[in-house]
Amino acid sequence: MPPLNILLIDDEEDFVKTLAERLQLRGIEVWIATDGATGLRLFQSHPFDVVILDILMPGLGGLEVLEQMKILNRQIPIILLTGLGDTQEGPRGLQLGASDYLMKPVDIDDLIKKINAAAAIS
Amino acid sequence: MNLSRWWEGFTRSLPKDSGQAASPDRYHTLRRNIIILMLLITIAPLTFMALINHYQYQANLKRGALNPIQTLVAKTKHSFELFLEERLSTVRFIASAYAYEELSDNQKLNRIFGTLKSEFSGFVDLGLIDHNGIQVSYAGPYARFLGKDYSEQGWFQEVTVRGAYISDVFLGYRKFPHLAIAVQNMRREDKRWILRATIDTRMFDNLIASMGLDPQSDAFLINQEGILQTNTKFYGKILEPCPLKTFRGASVINVLEQTDPMGREIFMVYAQFNNPEYTLVVVKPRSVLLKSGFALKSEMFLIYVISVVIIMLVVLKLSGGLVKSLREADEKRESAFRELEHSQKLSSIGRLAAGVAHEINNPLAIINEKAGLIKDVVEHVDDCNAVREKFLDLTQSILKTVDRCRTITHRLLGFARRLEAHFEELNLNDVITEVLGFLEKEALHRQIDIRFNPAENLPKIYSDRSQLEQVFLNILNNAFAAVDDGGRVDISTWEENPATLGVAIQDNGCGMSEETLRHMFEPFFTTKKEYGTGLGLPITYGIVKKLGGDFKVRSKEGEGTHFTIFFPKSPG
Repeated sequence: MPPLNILLIDDEEDFVKTLAERLQLRGIEVWIATDGATGLRLFQSHPFDVVILDILMPGLGGLEVLEQMKILNRQIPIILLTGLGDTQEGPRGLQLGASDYLMKPVDIDDLIKKINAAAAIS
Repeated sequence: MNLSRWWEGFTRSLPKDSGQAASPDRYHTLRRNIIILMLLITIAPLTFMALINHYQYQANLKRGALNPIQTLVAKTKHSFELFLEERLSTVRFIASAYAYEELSDNQKLNRIFGTLKSEFSGFVDLGLIDHNGIQVSYAGPYARFLGKDYSEQGWFQEVTVRGAYISDVFLGYRKFPHLAIAVQNMRREDKRWILRATIDTRMFDNLIASMGLDPQSDAFLINQEGILQTNTKFYGKILEPCPLKTFRGASVINVLEQTDPMGREIFMVYAQFNNPEYTLVVVKPRSVLLKSGFALKSEMFLIYVISVVIIMLVVLKLSGGLVKSLREADEKRESAFRELEHSQKLSSIGRLAAGVAHEINNPLAIINEKAGLIKDVVEHVDDCNAVREKFLDLTQSILKTVDRCRTITHRLLGFARRLEAHFEELNLNDVITEVLGFLEKEALHRQIDIRFNPAENLPKIYSDRSQLEQVFLNILNNAFAAVDDGGRVDISTWEENPATLGVAIQDNGCGMSEETLRHMFEPFFTTKKEYGTGLGLPITYGIVKKLGGDFKVRSKEGEGTHFTIFFPKSPG
């Protein structure tokens, strides 16, 4: 089975890079982007198994990126990350077609499980 | 003028409706003013009444005390007149009962005189004077008067005109006072002749003594020229001029108040006789006359003094209590305002909570990943030395991120911290920047364009940081609530004048209706429904006023709102 190939989008560069390294240690191929626009460009040029997307980002917000990705590929599983105390944004993301959502800070095992589950469904 | 100025000061000392705590001095001034005012409105009428009472009582007392004296004077005057009239009638009777021939007989005259003396007291001598003024016969101690010529004397002329005459008192040869009574024979068939008698005026002294005056008082007779006709106790001997002046009054009995030569305040009660023109004078010192009144007067004075003392005590106690409760009410209001200010602050923190949680969650996520990576590395790599550099790098990064968290939590705590007003030198621009820190994430996500134009070289301000932050946060929160995503908020600072700094906060949001503008400073008035407490602007207004500042709002529905706040460089 080829390694999973995922796209990680979050405006916190330090967070993105470290999380990517940890996922890579677990044998997952990770592409990173620190804003929505860059993420969308990468999404268009590469095939990904799963997208992990931060909701609250300056510029192009997570939910907008989600909508556009869903337009480009209805099947793509997207896991949302939210730093907000209230979880209104998460359920809203599910309505828009996200597979799941997680609150920051995330537990790595939890995330891996959700990635695997999302990839399995697709 | 002074009174109106004092009144201005008085009203100024009354507490105002700002949240400002009054200085203890102001309460002292207020208490002093209340005391002065209360004493004025209580003691002044009391004193006025007491004075009126005093004068009225004095007048009554005087009238009451003078009445018996007036009666006595009238009675004594009557006795004098009776005495003289009796003597005059007696002489007149002799003159008409006897013929000239009988009276000119010295022997017969002596017999008549003998009978006269035994029946009537006071007669000294009796003589007959013919129409030429020559003494024809004489009965009495001065036999040498026989043949004396009286034709040139004034009384002789007068008696020929008026028919009868009573002389003033004079000292005779024996140096005792007496007066003369002369009567002209009126029978037509006879030639004109005059019967003249001399009377000892020691009888006058008896009449005066019978008045029974107290030792301080005096009574005497004076003639028309003011010459004493009797001896006096205090005002000279007989035939000396009287030092007291009398005036012919309209009534029979007159009263005069004056100061006598001994410096005593006296009442003079006097009555004038018809014939001769004597005046009977009774002198009574004022102190004797009004003696009975003094006891009552001092009692009244005592009552007055006691009333004033009681009023003063009550006023002191009352004003003390009044000012104390006023002060307590002020303090209560002050603490209630602080309480409210604090809860409002907490409520605005609540509204910021989502942003703050997000802000803290992000660095926490970073820390989480870094620590997780360390764990991963330890689990996957056997030779720890090989990844030493990596570990150092990761822990360094964790510490840096914790710092970031600390900044956020400290900012929040710094704002939430409940402190008594702490005044310090502040840069207004720094305070605003700090507050904007709370809102930058929200601005970022909502793409609100915040433009801060801080004045360069803005002078420092001496104020309270926590309260300034609350003011700016409240207004900026309102601005954020008013603008749509992508809206704009402009902030600028400037030096209004050497004593004042200005801050303007302008948004291009929904603006306020006239109705809202009218009520915006009223507590619990809110347009944010369940999201607002209705305390933001009232508290903001209260704080600005407390810091000695001022507030201006301009707003137009659909165009935005413009707040201008002025702060004094140092509180007044």
